[in-house]
Amino acid sequence: MRSLISPFLNNPFMTRSLIAGILVAVSCSIAGTFVVLRGLAFLGDALAHGVLPGVAGALLLGAPGVLGAAVGAGLMIGGVNLVTRKSRLSSDTAIGLLFVGMLGLGVMMVSRSTSFTGDIVGILFGEILGVSRSDIVQQAIALVVVGVFARVFARPLLMLSFDPEQADIAGWPSRRFETLLLLMVTVCVVMSFQTVGTLLVFGMLLAPAGTGALIARRVWAMMAWGALFGSLSVWAGLLISYHFDLAAGASVVVVAVALFFVVFTIQAVRESLAQRRTGSVAPVG
Amino acid sequence: MTPVLATSDLAVGYSGRPVVEHIDLTLLPGQALSLVGVNGSGKSTLLKTIAGLLEPISGEMKVFGDVPGAAPNRVAYLGQFHAAAEGLLPMQVRDVVLMARYRRRGLLGRLTRADHAVVEASLERLEIGRLATKPLRALSGGQQRRVHLAHVLASEADLLLLDEPTAGLDAGANERYAQLIREELDRGASVAVATHDVRDAARADCVVLLAGRVIAAGAPRDVLTQEQLAHAFGIALLAIPHGDHTDLIVPEDAHAHDEHGMHDRHGHA
Repeated sequence: MRSLISPFLNNPFMTRSLIAGILVAVSCSIAGTFVVLRGLAFLGDALAHGVLPGVAGALLLGAPGVLGAAVGAGLMIGGVNLVTRKSRLSSDTAIGLLFVGMLGLGVMMVSRSTSFTGDIVGILFGEILGVSRSDIVQQAIALVVVGVFARVFARPLLMLSFDPEQADIAGWPSRRFETLLLLMVTVCVVMSFQTVGTLLVFGMLLAPAGTGALIARRVWAMMAWGALFGSLSVWAGLLISYHFDLAAGASVVVVAVALFFVVFTIQAVRESLAQRRTGSVAPVG
Repeated sequence: MTPVLATSDLAVGYSGRPVVEHIDLTLLPGQALSLVGVNGSGKSTLLKTIAGLLEPISGEMKVFGDVPGAAPNRVAYLGQFHAAAEGLLPMQVRDVVLMARYRRRGLLGRLTRADHAVVEASLERLEIGRLATKPLRALSGGQQRRVHLAHVLASEADLLLLDEPTAGLDAGANERYAQLIREELDRGASVAVATHDVRDAARADCVVLLAGRVIAAGAPRDVLTQEQLAHAFGIALLAIPHGDHTDLIVPEDAHAHDEHGMHDRHGHA
């Protein structure tokens, strides 16, 4: 039992990782809930990777990585909007184009530089075990920003999830609020990439919220379940990493995805049993 | 009296390409308008334009004396299809109907007792009060349609725009729907319905028959004639006189050519 808690009590770096990870999990579950409900997973994925050239460029110029990530995300959203509006291409084609383009550009920039202070693996997978106090403060700010957005714009975001046309009719333009939602995702991605990396922040956006969607009956409950599953993934992932000397960020996300499949399987078995019960009492003939 | 809806030489469509042109309409408070035609005839496009979801291509359109979409509190819309997220959306029936009150309270305004009372009354009017705490995704298509209709009623709008509102409803729910529309008209609301159910259309004050253009517009008696319906639907309908009204029936041999789900539809004109 002690082995489940003592690593966090005895190692300050593990404590900081746990706190930062939970902050990421909670902010990602808030934004991720609307990403899952609006079916914007692909755009979220592209956004998480689209920041790569921004981060690389910023680090090359000696600017803060967060600033570069924000610029990269802005370019990504603007590009997708432009291609979707000005061409007959569907948004997933536009997203795919910018996704590979931005990712490729990022890798090119990293490969060309000899003075690059980070590396591609660090950007993609983060360094959750190297979290500093200032990283924790940054995560906390991200959580507050995302939380305030979600509270203030809860009604339009709910209507957007229900039916974008109803949001339009209510005087809350769906396009505008979808952009706001992407802004929430951007805040999560930009502020979390140093902790869990761009690839893994995407996992934290989707997996816990997706798990919550399987069991929740209300949107707020979906968020709460997402935060719980996300936090559980952080705790279990860090422990696995600590005891088995595995990559920490990847362990966290693998646990989050595994939890989804555990809940999914339990749900499927329960539904199948319920159907069988209903079938057995149904009148025959 | 300011008309609820007034159009002049209006053209509606998508991406600058008109689906229906030369639409001249006036709808007054307490009046019902039916848009009748086959799929693709422009009914839904016109309703969406009235709702402010689409820009008019040319001509003029005023809703409550202003541009469409300028009075969100006064217009309620029931679309033909709903977002795919409904299969996933974790929302109870009561919460879905309660969303109709959001626009009145803005972003952060507290929902009042009166809001909740309207929601409960709307649920009861659609006879789905017992489903209030059920998840929307657990309901059948017909039950979900009733929830959407309850959402429209709970908005207490002055103009109800309904696209194929009876799709998926059983006979009992259909009758209940007709009664509810009468009640809404009685309280002074106006209703515009897109339908290919001729019997439903015949109850309106004004009918517009569409087939990519306006074939006829006016009182049901003048518009829903055998000849014009044959023009709109591309098939002949049998007219069977019954005293003060006429039943319009899709003949059996027309079913082989029917591409628009008109099977066994009956109408009164």
